[in-house]
This record gives sequence, C-alpha cells and structure tokens, in this order.
Amino acid sequence: MELAMASAIGILTAAGVYLLLRARSFDVILGLTLLSYATNLLIFSSGRVVFGRPPVLRDGIPADLAHHTDPLPQALVLTAIVIAFAMTAVIIVLAIRSRADNHNDHVDGSLAEAEFQRREQLRHAQAREAAHAAELVAGNEAAAATGTPPARDGESRA
Amino acid sequence: MMAHLPLLPILVPLLAAALALVFEHRRFGMAPQRIVAWSSMAMLLVVAWLLAREAGSGRIAVYLLGDWPARLGIALMVDRLSALMLVVAALLGSACLLHACAGWDRRAPHFHAFFQFQMMGLNGAFLTGDVFNLFVFFEVLLIASYGLMLSGGRGERLRAGLHYVAFNIAASTLFLVALGLLYGQLGTLNMAELAVRVAGVPAQDRALVQATGGLLLVVFCAKAALLPMYLWLPDTYTHAPAAVAALFSVMTKVGLYAVLRVGTLVFGLGGPLSGFAWPALLVLGGITLALAALGVLAARRLRSLAAYLMLGSAATLFLAFALDSAGTIGGGLYYLAHSSFAGAAMFLLADLVRRRRGAASDRKDLVAALPDARVPGALYLVAAISLAGLPPLSGFIGKLAILEQVPAGPHTFWVWLLVLGSSFMMLVGLARAGTRLFWRQEPWPDASEAQRAQYVPAAQVPPAPSRPLETAATVLLLGYGLAMVLAAAPLLAYTRATGTQLLAPEAYVEQVRATAPRSRTP
Repeated sequence: MELAMASAIGILTAAGVYLLLRARSFDVILGLTLLSYATNLLIFSSGRVVFGRPPVLRDGIPADLAHHTDPLPQALVLTAIVIAFAMTAVIIVLAIRSRADNHNDHVDGSLAEAEFQRREQLRHAQAREAAHAAELVAGNEAAAATGTPPARDGESRA
Repeated sequence: MMAHLPLLPILVPLLAAALALVFEHRRFGMAPQRIVAWSSMAMLLVVAWLLAREAGSGRIAVYLLGDWPARLGIALMVDRLSALMLVVAALLGSACLLHACAGWDRRAPHFHAFFQFQMMGLNGAFLTGDVFNLFVFFEVLLIASYGLMLSGGRGERLRAGLHYVAFNIAASTLFLVALGLLYGQLGTLNMAELAVRVAGVPAQDRALVQATGGLLLVVFCAKAALLPMYLWLPDTYTHAPAAVAALFSVMTKVGLYAVLRVGTLVFGLGGPLSGFAWPALLVLGGITLALAALGVLAARRLRSLAAYLMLGSAATLFLAFALDSAGTIGGGLYYLAHSSFAGAAMFLLADLVRRRRGAASDRKDLVAALPDARVPGALYLVAAISLAGLPPLSGFIGKLAILEQVPAGPHTFWVWLLVLGSSFMMLVGLARAGTRLFWRQEPWPDASEAQRAQYVPAAQVPPAPSRPLETAATVLLLGYGLAMVLAAAPLLAYTRATGTQLLAPEAYVEQVRATAPRSRTP
C-alpha cells in the first residue's frame, strides 16, 4: 500500500511538473491540478497509511492512536482540496479571458506565439519539401521500373 | 473586550468585506461602500495601535480561538513583531484606499470587498501562531490580490496576471508539501511546539527535517522575491494598477515576515538545526541586491524602476535578517517600514506622471511634455532621496541602523560594499529617471531622428483629470516617512527591542505553553 501511495504521488508530481513547464496555458493549468492531487495524497499520507480505523472517537474503542487514524491530516487535506479547487476555477477563467484578449494562449504572450507560429510554418514547409523530394525519387524509380513518365506534383499529392 | 483585541484585525475586515458586497455600487452608489471601507480602516488603525502599545511593553499575548489549548486548536499570537507589521499594514492600507477612492474603485468592480479581504489575509498572516493557518491566510491574501490586480484590467495585464497566479499556485503547492512533511515528521504544526521538537530532533531524522525546513523557506523566499524566484515581481508590479501595486509593496514583506518568524522561532531554539538557513540567505540576498540595482539602472519605465527598488529593499532586508543579530534585525525592521511606505509612494507617483504624459506614458526613453510638473517633481525628489538612502530622510536612517550594527567578521566588508554600492547605483538610476522625465520636456539639440519622431508635444497630451486625492495619498505616504524621521529614536528603540525579543524565542514558547483555556477542560 505504501508503495502504491508513494508511486502515485511521484508519478502525479512528475506529470504535473512536466505539464507546468509547457507553453500553453491549458497544459499549465492541468499541471497545477495534477500537482495539487499529488500534494493532497502526500498530506493525507502524512498521518500514516492505516486501514479500517475510524478518525473520530466511538463508544467501545479505546481513545488512542493505536485504534484510530490521525484525524488532523484529513482536516488539512479537506482545506487544501477546497483551496486548490477554487484556485483552479480562478485560473481557468483567467486563462480564457487572457486568450480572448490577447488572441492566443501562449503563456509568454503574442510575441512568443508569433515566433512559435513562424517556426512551425518553417518546420511544416521543410517536412513538405522532404516528403515531396522523397515522392519524386519514388516516382522516378517507379517510372524507371514500368517505363511510364513520373507523375506530376499535383496528381501525386491528390 | 481588551482580551479579544487580537481577533479584531481579522474579524473587522471580514465583516467589512461582506458588507461591501451587500452594498453593491450599481444599486447604492459608491458612498456606502466607501463608508464601510473607511470605518473598517479606522478601526484597524485603532486596534493596531492598541496592540502595538500592549506589545511594546514586551508582553506576548496569546489568544486561543474557541478556547481550545494551543496544541489542539488555533492560537493567535501578538508579540512586538506582529504588532509592528499590523501597524505598517494598516497605515499603508489607508493611503492606498485614499488613492483608490479618487476613482479607481469605481472602475474595478468589487474593489472594496477585495481590498478588505486583502487586509484580512495580511493581518491574519501576521497574527497566526501555527504554520497551517499561515498557509490559509497566505491563500486569503493571494486570492484577494488576484482580484485586485485583475479586476478592471485587460490585455497585457491579464497575461502578467496569469503568470502571477500560476506562479503563486505552484508556490502554495510547495508550501503544502512542506506542511505535509513537517506534520508527518514532527506531529504538530504549531510554531512554538515545532520549535521545541526541532530542537530535540534525533540525529537520524535531522537531514529530513532540515530539507523540509528548507522547502518551507523556499516558499517564503518565493513570496519575498529572493534571487532565483524574483522574476515574477517586476512584471507583476509594473502591470498592476497604481493603488494595488502600492498595496503589494507589503506583500513581499509578508514573505520576509514569514522567513524571519520561522528562522528565529522554529529554527531558533538551539539544537544542531538552529539557524541553518541564514548563511545561504545572506549570499542569495547579496546577489539579489546587486541584480536589483542593475535593474534600477536598466528600467525603461518609472513603474518597473519602482518594482526593482522594491526588490532591492527586500534584498537589503534579507541581508539584515540573515546576519541574525538583534541589532541588524532591529535596524532592518525600521527599514522595512520605511521601504513599504516610500516604495508605495513611488508607485503612486509613477501613476501621477503617467497620466500627465499622454501616449508617452511613464517610459523614460521617450521625450514628452509634462504639463503641471511642479507637484510630481517635488514629490519625486522627496521619494527618490528617501529610497536612495540619502540623509536626512528615513532611508538613510534605516540603512545606517543596519550598517552600524553589522557584526564584525568576514561578512562585514561585503555587506557594507553591497548596501552602499547598490545605494549608489539606485541613486544614479533615480537621478537619470528624474532628469529624463521632469527636465527633458522637449527634444534636446543632439537628439536622434527617432527620438524627434516620437516626441509628444504638450498640445498632444490630453489634460489629466485633476484628482487631488491621488496627490494627497502620495503626500500621506511620504509624510509617514517624515514622521519616521522625527520619531526615529522611539521607533528604533521599539524595533531593536523587537530584534532582542525575536532572538530569545524561549519566552514565546513559554507563553504559548502556559496559556490555558479559561472555561474548557479538554
């Protein structure tokens, strides 16, 4: 159980940090949410992982920690959940508003977005060119094999 | 009634915020909201003053919420440091409220409610005696600050706001991680109890407790804008509306307060972990100070210049606190009050200048006419002298009080060099900004073509609406500085006594443990 808990916290944290460092506000928000889940589990487990014991006093059960689970981390985690939930709502509204105002959801604003678009276009153009060249080579080889002239650019893409 | 006094700084703004939400300005107009806000602020000032007088006698007051003993319930603590911070927050808050009442509160919906929540969060963070409630009040003041910063804003401000919110949520997550680990290892979150258990931590757990403490300090340093984590500050403060940026000048001080409290109390009660973080904070504070001075020289807007000055004052305070002696902490606390007021005044001034220069805004690389420059010019002179630390104003006294108390040792030379060198660079930066904004109101003979093309003549500057309240708020803030000079002796006596009290945390722990519930027997 400890192993499962610990790896859950670890994996959630790793995924959260990865997403937090990405360039789109949606990813960042998702990362923050995952991080808050990891934190909630961590606080919860700081009262030690125990099975089948109540957090509140009951008649007939001795009032000590051997027969109960620590109630304080559960209260703390409740507070933490509420706050994280509210903050997620706030930041989502903020991200939507920022996207509407600045016409993009890049976390560094329109200049970074323009740079990103430029690079993407360059990358796409290069990929298209490479694919085109590969097609021409393949077409020439096919033509050499069957004796027909190679297909023109537009037809091969269609 | 007097026994319940420590609760009022939290309760009064909470009720006022609720009332401000009820008296919605679209239905009732601005007047009821303003009356609510000002009555709350007046009560806060009175309560803070009473608490400071009480704490000034050296007594540490413990208020048990719900009459539960401190180890089970929540305790509020008032010692000299808390009372001082309460007074600073209330004084700064009134000036910011005055500035906002000139018109910003009409443009930003629910300004008064957010403002009161912010005061509640600040006061709560200064008063609380356990770390988890420190987190809760941090959240209260942060959520209010998101509202204050973003309400009524659009465009670039929203992007800066997104950074600010995301950064702070990440920092709060780290705070929670630290709290979870702390509770898992030590089994309590009350600061006084933590101090006792940290002092007696067994050798095999020491590294883990130290790592947890370090994590906690990282969070506070992120709020206080220490070296690797200060990048959020200039952008946020530059884009915040003037009254809000001025109020935010106490937000970095909340981080500093938390560092000081945790450093002197939780990790200050002896034992091998005592004061483990101070050497690292000293070095980082020094580098931050140097970078802040460079930022002041490089800033292109008056507002970002003010933001870097704010960063510089936080870094100076890190130096003062990290030296861990009663004298430097005492001098540092005087400097803390001074830098909150003078830094806030600089933000308000930047707004005054910005509105008089039309399209040129507060950019100092553009030449623009500045109609009616006499009042802002004179105020800028006072603020700049005060912030650069020249005699006879409060900045000089604050820096002097820190420097003369630096304990002799290998650090002495470097601390003096950094504080004086950065003061000089800030002086140059402030003088350059002043000459550019106030004296160069038309293109000078050797100006380049581009500068001539961008010149904004007086005819193109729309007449700034005359808002005497805004000028009055700036004058009030600078007046606090003057009052601090006139009352320097009693103030320094108080802050030095605070330093002594902080470095003897045994009394604090004793007081928490000795305070028993009145009517409850748990």
